[in-house]
Amino acid sequence: MTFDTTLIISQLFNGLVWGIVLGLLAMGLTIIFGMMGVINFAHGALYLVGAYSAYTSIMACTQWMGAATGSFWIALVAAPIAVGLIGMVVEFFLLRRMYEREIIYQFLLTFGLTLVIQELVTIIWGGMPRSFPTPDLLQGVVDLGFMLYPKYRLFVLILTPLIMLAVWLLLVKTRYGAIIRAGTEDRDMVNLLGINVRRVFTVVFSIGAAMAGLAGVLAGPIIGSIQPDLGNSVLLASFVVVVVGGLGSFTGAIAGAILVGLVKAVTSMLWAEASNAIVFALMAVVLVFMPQGLLGKR
Amino acid sequence: MLQVEAIHSYYGESYVVQGISMVLKEGEILTLLGRNGAGKTTTLRSIVGLKPPRRGKIVFMGREITRMKPFEVARLGIAMVPEERRIFSSLTVEENLKIGIQKGRVGRWTLESVQKLFPILRERRHHRGNQLSGGEQQILAIARALMGNPKFLILDEPSEGLAPLIIKLIAETIKSLSTEGMTILLVEQNVEMTLQIAHRHYVLDQGKIIYSDTNEGLKNNREIRDRYLSV
Repeated sequence: MTFDTTLIISQLFNGLVWGIVLGLLAMGLTIIFGMMGVINFAHGALYLVGAYSAYTSIMACTQWMGAATGSFWIALVAAPIAVGLIGMVVEFFLLRRMYEREIIYQFLLTFGLTLVIQELVTIIWGGMPRSFPTPDLLQGVVDLGFMLYPKYRLFVLILTPLIMLAVWLLLVKTRYGAIIRAGTEDRDMVNLLGINVRRVFTVVFSIGAAMAGLAGVLAGPIIGSIQPDLGNSVLLASFVVVVVGGLGSFTGAIAGAILVGLVKAVTSMLWAEASNAIVFALMAVVLVFMPQGLLGKR
Repeated sequence: MLQVEAIHSYYGESYVVQGISMVLKEGEILTLLGRNGAGKTTTLRSIVGLKPPRRGKIVFMGREITRMKPFEVARLGIAMVPEERRIFSSLTVEENLKIGIQKGRVGRWTLESVQKLFPILRERRHHRGNQLSGGEQQILAIARALMGNPKFLILDEPSEGLAPLIIKLIAETIKSLSTEGMTILLVEQNVEMTLQIAHRHYVLDQGKIIYSDTNEGLKNNREIRDRYLSV
């Protein structure tokens, strides 16, 4: 293989990796929107908190245990749980009060939360970029036969679909998942069957938040350094993904994420300055020809 | 079993239920009859907690449930099959049934026993809710309510829009549930059907109970039937 095709393939792989991380975010957004009808503008901020809490957990573990070995794996579990708990608190004490009101209040609340969280992150960790280490075990590259590819990215490419699959199975194969899906259709009826729908809402928001947090941890070693405005571009990108894939559709969110990731990768190779614009152009084109998105229901 | 004491409920700003009282005994089939807009459905919604009354009191098996939330009322053993059936259309028949399970309420009704009662639910178990006919949806809605092993079943117009054969099946089911001890509150437009199965009737008009009688009494009272119940 010539140098150029290897470059193209590795760039496509990068697009895939980024796409799949976006897919995790978009899936969380979709679960929250599908069940609760809430468009969560705080999703990017939850991703930000995921990245920073993982960073702190890694640093703390490194300090206590001496070496950095293993600390990433603790962070990989701890950070999503922490963000999930934050989601639970947000839903229980704040978001819950907005359901009965006009939708603009949800926008204001979740958007406001983004500002508050971003400011808190700046106060706690400072505004300067912090470098996010790659776990020892996954440093270096793997020889795939046709090219060398970073171990860590390959790990993300394998782990993330497994997590998506697990969430999908939870939603499709379990009774709790059936309750969540039933709740998207008819809340009152679910209530009439003796199920506390409000509690289900809290759990759903928490799962969505944890997925954003997980995306934050996984993205850390890929972007290499983190700073408090991290969530903004990601929020925008995951909204593009959800719109392209089809609002409320899981498979759409994943397909949209991979498409957006690949388009971004290819355009940043050919015309890097315009790659963001082209992603938005893609969204516009999809909306013109398929207003419901690629896999959205009408 | 159930006492409703002078409840007043509003639908938006309109005063729909104007001081309704009723008493249900265990194992009894009681109907609420009357024209559209008489306040029947709102009365039911008040009992199950979807539309708590502004005034009045509702007591179920000695416990006041007036301000309880719908899921709390359901957990006490009150099940409602609403007018539009409200089957979850994206869920399979089996998933619809499983959602009806309540951990704290086990008894005669399980997935197997409702499938035995209504074999069509076994045949169609992998079909989605939106692939069922109206009659199948009604059967599923009743079966889903039974899955929680209620003591008291509320049915809102179960015969609406269905073929005579299905109406007959549903009427027979209601009758046999009641002989097994289930208490049933039935709202119906199909007076003929209720005359075949009910024990007592209340007739509503403009938010008030204007007549109450035994099944025999209503059968013989042409005047009430012509004035308030003819279509």
